[in-house]
Amino acid sequence: MKKRITGAEALMQALIHEGVTTIFGYPGGGIMPVFDALYDHREDFRQVLVRHEQGAAHAAQGYARSSGQVGVCLVTSGPGATNTITGISDAMLDSTPIVVISGQVGAAALGTDAFQEVDFVCITQPICKWSYQIRRAEDIAWAVARAFYIAANGRPGPVVLDFAKNAQTTMVDFEPASLPIQRGFIPVPQPSDDAIRRAAALIDNAERPLLLAGQGIELAGAQEELKQFVEKTGIPVGCTLLGLSTLPSGHPLRQGMLGMHGNLAPNVKTNECDVLIAVGMRFDDRVTGRLATYARQAKVIHLDIDPSEIGKNVPVDVAVTGDCKETLARLTKAVHPAEHKEWVESFAIYHTMEDERVVRPAIHPAEGPLKMGEVARRVSEATADSAILVTDVGQNQMMSARYFRYTRPRSIITSGGLGTMGFGLPAAIGATFGAPERTVCLFVGDGGIQMNLQELGTIMESGAPVKIILLNNNYLGNVRQWQELFFNHRYSCTPMMNPNYELIASAYGIPSRTVAARADLDDAIHEMLTSSGAFLLQVAVEEEENVMPMTPPGADVDHMLPFIDSSTPTEQWKSTFIH
Amino acid sequence: MEKHLYTLIVHSEHMAGLLNQVTAVFTRRQINIESLNVSPSSIEGIHRYTITAVADEDTIAKVTLQIAKKVDVLQASYFLEDEIFMQEIALYKLSTPLLMANPEICEIIRRNDAPIIETNPVYTVVEKAGRTAETEQLRRDLSTFDCLLQYVNSGRIAVTRSSEEHLTEFLKTLNQ
Ligand SMILES: Cc1ncc(C[n+]2csc(CCOP(=O)(O)OP(=O)(O)O)c2C)c(N)n1
Ligand SMILES: [Mg+2]
Repeated sequence: MKKRITGAEALMQALIHEGVTTIFGYPGGGIMPVFDALYDHREDFRQVLVRHEQGAAHAAQGYARSSGQVGVCLVTSGPGATNTITGISDAMLDSTPIVVISGQVGAAALGTDAFQEVDFVCITQPICKWSYQIRRAEDIAWAVARAFYIAANGRPGPVVLDFAKNAQTTMVDFEPASLPIQRGFIPVPQPSDDAIRRAAALIDNAERPLLLAGQGIELAGAQEELKQFVEKTGIPVGCTLLGLSTLPSGHPLRQGMLGMHGNLAPNVKTNECDVLIAVGMRFDDRVTGRLATYARQAKVIHLDIDPSEIGKNVPVDVAVTGDCKETLARLTKAVHPAEHKEWVESFAIYHTMEDERVVRPAIHPAEGPLKMGEVARRVSEATADSAILVTDVGQNQMMSARYFRYTRPRSIITSGGLGTMGFGLPAAIGATFGAPERTVCLFVGDGGIQMNLQELGTIMESGAPVKIILLNNNYLGNVRQWQELFFNHRYSCTPMMNPNYELIASAYGIPSRTVAARADLDDAIHEMLTSSGAFLLQVAVEEEENVMPMTPPGADVDHMLPFIDSSTPTEQWKSTFIH
Repeated sequence: MEKHLYTLIVHSEHMAGLLNQVTAVFTRRQINIESLNVSPSSIEGIHRYTITAVADEDTIAKVTLQIAKKVDVLQASYFLEDEIFMQEIALYKLSTPLLMANPEICEIIRRNDAPIIETNPVYTVVEKAGRTAETEQLRRDLSTFDCLLQYVNSGRIAVTRSSEEHLTEFLKTLNQ
């Protein structure tokens, strides 16, 4: 039944039809009719007023990553829209489904440099899955249905709806749309039986197989299928940063994290395996190191939903395109049960090496200042390893990702592809709305927290119970580490003067505590976790700690500091492109 | 890897802004587009791009997949010269006085079977349809007489030699 309503009200109805319950937004002239309509729907949506539109985009990401639902943000035209760009790019690189609805000047004024007019569709086209300008109220039903469909289906990602003001105010006969097949968007390619057969044959004949588990498994909800596949085949697993919670920590086949700051064993074994099975991951350079030497000895099987990822960085022997929930299940049926006892055991020596030189000193230091790793491990333990870890970017990210433990799906929310400082705080806010039943722990550095510090206001107003663990080393630590290792200790613009964070927290009415002594750590964590609502725990950590192990940029994946002689190769890495 | 001139044929919905997205895939990889033609296709509502670019096959294959990935692009494929029938049209605007003064120019035009579509005391317009090499040769020949006032080339258009119609088949499977 069609109803005659304004375009703004039509948008409300369309969002309700899509099952939207939470909107992260910020008003302004270009979107006022929509916010006016929103006033009548206070019961239908939780409206979270952020303090900066970048915060809205990251919060929508955190919401989407924790819940699996499409995150929604609603902003005004011009500067409101451009402030979301970092979040849109981040969502694109990390395959996060969000819909950004921005105001736009009226259709008659388009192209005239009207007040707060930017060509938002053109700006966002290269950084999102679909960007569309709604110029007529009649298009709302179709455009909203399509936006949510495209954001959520296939490889998820961001979609932009640029909503011209005239379309917000004109009357329209509205009925929510259901979408016919979109012939220009086939979300899930079908794998051929032949591909499954050839992959199964390679796996059955493998002597030293290794599986790389990426976020695609989380996005497909295929954690159980992954478990069944590896348990039937006995194949050890390395996880990407975004795939850390695809297989629970402590699973006997889980060999830890891949890549630049990953674990030694899976990185070394990448260059020793005979069959490499990549699932829902995209061979990012932070995972592969130098491509020319990466897994050259291995036959590569790639399971991915996005055909354009196949062979993009690493040549692939068998491509299995499709939804990995389905393809993993089909592969599990097709393969013979196997055990690779010796091969799996051969990982142990590298774990022992890493334990001795890196892990134990990081999480059980005997003396000296507090270390990031021990804080992360204590917080993880205090939450029974069941919290959602949200991180910012930098050493705090790598350390918390490494030393947190994961027992439930969708337990790590971090900016992988774009590496966006400032992502953490708003994403954590979003995560508390996306997974209200879970504890959300944010690990953030003294640099990154200041990049969206204003979102403490959102926490104050919405009551989002974010447990903020601020790892304060008085440095832009990650960059300082590179300066130490690759730029002769020249600390250009990385020592940073910090404000009194407890005073800031108290200005926002957020309880806080600072710890510097090891003896106080457990008690402080306990206080943070048992306090109702948000809490800021500032930890004064060792100032010049380095994240180890480390594959220097451009080095071979198995070439990890501190296990290799760092003197000669450094020259070689310096001469390669450092970025 | 060895570089070739590839022809991409892309079918898409008729949506504003899509051309931008298609060309952006080339820009990101620093590949120059040699020619680009947009036209309707045999199917109502579906547009067709014919694009030529020089690259190695590995790169062109990745570019093609990334174009195909765009929402509203229905299909994208790449071809070598021997897999397509191709043609282009060029227009040559010549100075009539120079043309009259130089019988050799007329001879070249006749040899090329190039129709004259306009002539007046000031200028003459000649048209030539053919392959890139042919239109290009004529341009070079005419240039030597310094009589060329304007030159324009439509860019390559092409149809595949294959007897299979992939787009039609794709649309058929969708309807099932
Ligand atoms: C928006 C943005 N700007 C700059 C960088 C480069 N960068 C990466 S890590 C880092 C330092 C982060 O410092 P801090 O937040 O204190 O974290 P730490 O590494 O000390 O834990 C910088 C500047 C970035 N990733 N994102
Ligand atoms: Mg820091």
